Amino acid sequence: MTKITLRAGVCLVAVVAALGAPALAEPLNVSNWDGYMAPDAIDNFNADTGNQAELVLHATNEEIMGKLIASKGVGYDVVFVSSPFAEVLHNLGLAEELDHAKIPNAANLYAEANALPHDPGNMFSMPYAWGTTGLCYRSDLVDAPTSWNDLLKPTADVAGKTTMLATDRWLLAAGQLALGYSVNETDPAKMAEVRDLLIEAKGTLLAYDDTTFYAKLVSGEAELVHAWDGWCNYGIGENADIKYMIPKEGSDLWVDTMVILKASEHKEAAYAFVNYILDADNHRWAAENILYKVPNEAAMSGVSADLITAYPNMGMKPADMMGFEQLRDVGAAQRDYSRLVSEIKAAN
Amino acid sequence: MTNDRRPLILMSPALLWLFGLMVVPCLLILALAFFRRGLYGGIEYTWTLENIALVFDPLYFKIFMKSAGIAGLAAGIASVLGYAAAYAIASMPRRHQPMLLFFAVLPFWSNYLVRTYAWIVLLNREGLIVNLARWFGFEGEMPKLLYTESAVVIGLVYNYLPFVILSCYAPLSRLNPEIAEASRDLGASGWKTFRRITLPMTVPGIATGFVFVFVLSIGNFVTPALLGGGQFQMIGNLVYAQFLTANDWPFGAALSMVLILVMLGLLMLQAVVTERASGGKKQIDG
Repeated sequence: MTKITLRAGVCLVAVVAALGAPALAEPLNVSNWDGYMAPDAIDNFNADTGNQAELVLHATNEEIMGKLIASKGVGYDVVFVSSPFAEVLHNLGLAEELDHAKIPNAANLYAEANALPHDPGNMFSMPYAWGTTGLCYRSDLVDAPTSWNDLLKPTADVAGKTTMLATDRWLLAAGQLALGYSVNETDPAKMAEVRDLLIEAKGTLLAYDDTTFYAKLVSGEAELVHAWDGWCNYGIGENADIKYMIPKEGSDLWVDTMVILKASEHKEAAYAFVNYILDADNHRWAAENILYKVPNEAAMSGVSADLITAYPNMGMKPADMMGFEQLRDVGAAQRDYSRLVSEIKAAN
Repeated sequence: MTNDRRPLILMSPALLWLFGLMVVPCLLILALAFFRRGLYGGIEYTWTLENIALVFDPLYFKIFMKSAGIAGLAAGIASVLGYAAAYAIASMPRRHQPMLLFFAVLPFWSNYLVRTYAWIVLLNREGLIVNLARWFGFEGEMPKLLYTESAVVIGLVYNYLPFVILSCYAPLSRLNPEIAEASRDLGASGWKTFRRITLPMTVPGIATGFVFVFVLSIGNFVTPALLGGGQFQMIGNLVYAQFLTANDWPFGAALSMVLILVMLGLLMLQAVVTERASGGKKQIDG
């Protein structure tokens, strides 16, 4: 064989490999937050169903939304997003209208989880985890808080030792709830009050923190922080003096959901994945791993009593949570929200 | 092949790389600045100048000026410290200088993020500095060190100082010692010699270092996020937020465009300063 034919042969093999390989094993793309599933969930799904799922990570709802809007949903099959973003995907026509016949495990969900205001009947999103947003604190260092004002207008000994969530909607929600407004309030005069209250609160903060606030509690650097209940559990796991509470003015009910993209080329596998997650054992395993409540009655009934004793907010009843308002898509007002947050962050 | 075409051929891979992977994407992003944002993010392809106008809205302009202030302060402090260090290194015996320069750039061997996190360990309320102060018998309330504007400036100065040392060392080490000697022989004091001879001849190095630190600082978003506790929004954080949280790509593009123009302006200014200074040097040499 001459050198030239050898080279041609090598090239041919390379081209065939390049063209053929992706077609043979194009995986089911699932996008989720880091650490928001049982670490073995994807592997187990692949082993049990013979599918080829692959996990991609997004750090924030907004990050995955940016990608989905830019690509019109192409390139992803199942995405985990918070409910207001699921609503946006639905409004943009990017979310699959779910065929419930293909998700028999949806029957495991609590009745309440089928009546969530953002998507009654779960027509385009399946709830994955839910919970509340409240205060996480060191019970050995501060008096038990009762109100959002304990965070926003802290006493002198707590000032400088508090953190707040920086994500637009939850930052604003703390102010909205403290003033007795809806967490979806958009009236400019009322939102100006919210902004002023949050600017005042900013002066007393240690920092804004969405991701490491529980570590600041553990180290004692912070004593009272604005937190999602499940994330407070990571602190409780390291120090039993850390406690979670919902202020008397209330909380939001947040729901993280699974959405199948209309543009998915692996619809059957995507349905199989959603159904797999909603299986009683799999969803329980997820709850035990991520320490967030899941809206799956069959799964939650299997969670050990010890776990609920250790992390009391895991035992919160769905009926109680339904008393709180969900964050909803506010459409064009989202832009005003972003500006308000910029005004708060730029204030001295 | 003629010799004069060789440079072009040698440069073309690098130029193609820069053009395809840097100039084209930048232009694409900048073009976004002239379109409208869709209701849910995304782009609506209708022309508008709204986004550019919004950059000069008092709210965002204030953030711009604040960033410039922080970047200017960091660049100023880094220039003074860096020049002093470079001067010290350049006046050491020649054989020790490579080692000292090596130490100056050693931090670059570790990741920027890791170096910034190290400052969190040092500055936090239960951190090394506070504990050290207590160990030396300091009692009472320590001022808040971390998550302040000062912490951001400290982080920027620390991270970019080696650039200034390198940029100032180059002209300082090339300085002909006989010129300074001549100045002394003619009766100038050490300070006067430094002020009239050494400093003017090394201005290009300072200008390069200053502009470098300023440009890197004004667009930085990691340090303000980590050491400022998210409480100090700099222009880099604002751009980041437009692309990754507000989903307002056109406005993010407009902000980037103004930022790039400011940086280009500064780089041109620096080129002019260098040109003037080297013109002056020729006169002295001649």
